[in-house]
Amino acid sequence: MIGLPHYLTVAAILFTLGILGIFLNRKNVIVILMSVELILLAVNINLVSFSAFLNDIVGQIFALLVLTVAAAEAAIGLAILVVFFRNRGSIAVEDINAMKG
Amino acid sequence: MTLNSLMPVLPELVVVIGAMLLLMLGVFRGEGSTPIVEVGALVVIAIAAVLIFMQPSAPAELFGGSIVIDAFARFFKILILIGAAAALVMSMPFWRNHKLNRFEFSVVVLLSVAGMMVMVSARDLIALYLGIELMSLALYVIAAIDRENVRSTEAGLKYFVLGALSSGMLLYGASLVYGFTGTVSFAGIAAAAKSPSTGLVFGIVFLFAGLAFKVSAVPFHMWTPDVYEGAPTPVTAFFAAAPKVAAIALFVRVAVSAFPNIALSWQQIIVFISIASMVLGAFAAIGQKNIKRLLAYSSIGHVGFALVGLAPGTAEGVSGVLIYMTIYLAMTLGTFAVVIAMRRDGGQIEEIDQLAGLSRTQPVMAFVLAALLFSLAGIPPLAGFFAKFYVFLAAIQGKFYALAVIGVLASVVGAYYYLRIVKIMYIDEPAQRFLPMPRAVAFVLALSGAFTILFFVYPGPLVAAADAAAKSLF
Repeated sequence: MIGLPHYLTVAAILFTLGILGIFLNRKNVIVILMSVELILLAVNINLVSFSAFLNDIVGQIFALLVLTVAAAEAAIGLAILVVFFRNRGSIAVEDINAMKG
Repeated sequence: MTLNSLMPVLPELVVVIGAMLLLMLGVFRGEGSTPIVEVGALVVIAIAAVLIFMQPSAPAELFGGSIVIDAFARFFKILILIGAAAALVMSMPFWRNHKLNRFEFSVVVLLSVAGMMVMVSARDLIALYLGIELMSLALYVIAAIDRENVRSTEAGLKYFVLGALSSGMLLYGASLVYGFTGTVSFAGIAAAAKSPSTGLVFGIVFLFAGLAFKVSAVPFHMWTPDVYEGAPTPVTAFFAAAPKVAAIALFVRVAVSAFPNIALSWQQIIVFISIASMVLGAFAAIGQKNIKRLLAYSSIGHVGFALVGLAPGTAEGVSGVLIYMTIYLAMTLGTFAVVIAMRRDGGQIEEIDQLAGLSRTQPVMAFVLAALLFSLAGIPPLAGFFAKFYVFLAAIQGKFYALAVIGVLASVVGAYYYLRIVKIMYIDEPAQRFLPMPRAVAFVLALSGAFTILFFVYPGPLVAAADAAAKSLF
């Protein structure tokens, strides 16, 4: 029988993968955007499974809102990335270095 | 749901609809409409502020209790509107001088203001998340508003990546809190969370990590110096003022109204990030040569001081936070007015060395900046001293002695780099003079300088308003 802890474990693994994808990735900003989506989807698995096991609809509404915002966030992120690429001619992570830090 | 029941959110509606109308105006009339859009945005902000003052003082709930309009929310909304208006006023001459003609700036600022107003009114996790995202998405765009400039776009990209990461952590925390309490409303969470279970503590840690990022508290501060340096200066002034105030307000409301029964678990987190921010803000600013980077570290330090007031979780402490953020807003806007005015024929100057001898070339500007810097350092009788006084008093009353002592020591260290700028202005040999200050910028500088210098004469109204606002949370 698959219970709540299984779902939470999958979500936690996906979340960790997303975080690692942001910090360990040295190649490409697109990969960072994908990692961000992974994090948000992990959250959605959490929300939906809690919602199902608590018999409470609010979690699913929350998940729908998260999906909507994630789409807007990806759009803005790609727009900024395109503008950056026009100036810099590259989207490699190591080229984001006009300022130290 | 009748139209009448929407009356409490009328200021928010005015801001959102105003932003839409101004966007239409800008799109259809082209770049030539920038001055009209800018003035229109200021008018919208003024109308919203007047509407907030006219609201009845009794708290109003709507959308099933997910939004509450209480004294606390109104206090912060006024601060947010002041911060946005000042940044808009200062941005007008800046864009003219830099031949940047972007009507979108005012529109996006209005949208982010709408997000901040939702944030400070939020009373459940969904409204909290939507408010934060509406604010952040707008802020990512205005960080990169100078889209031909590699530094501005890089600031936008860095802000976006780290901001999206922090939103993810905040959401993960929110989902855990929802799962382990069974509700998203702060009141319901407070009723369900009587003892700290492991899942709930994990949720709180992630939630607070996300919020700490939004207020740029250590250890989630790494984006601040780069974004502040890269973004155009009026944008930086806006970042340092309104969003920071709104995020602190949200932080306070979440901590105090959602988790009052398990205060011991989050107080440790607050004490840690507060101490870390104060210490890092004080030491990392010492070596900075760029004034915007210096002010970034200074703002990290100030967030640490403000959070000192949150640590005890008492009404006095929250009132201290409110006073601190008001005074911080005034001081920051004034300081950035000077940074915007640091301009020669070759363009914008950001090196601290170039302020040398300002007391002889532009004595009035040097005097006001010196007063603001003394105030940021917390030297009596300027406003910054009272700000620190109230939060440290609350910390001592709450028996957080170590926190208060470390805070005072950090402010002594911090005084060093503020006073170094005063020394450069008053003792060093004069550098070339700056171009005359635009009138709009001088206006903001004069207001903030007057507030900072004269606050001690009549602090009563602000203290009373902050007390009333803090009480509405308990």
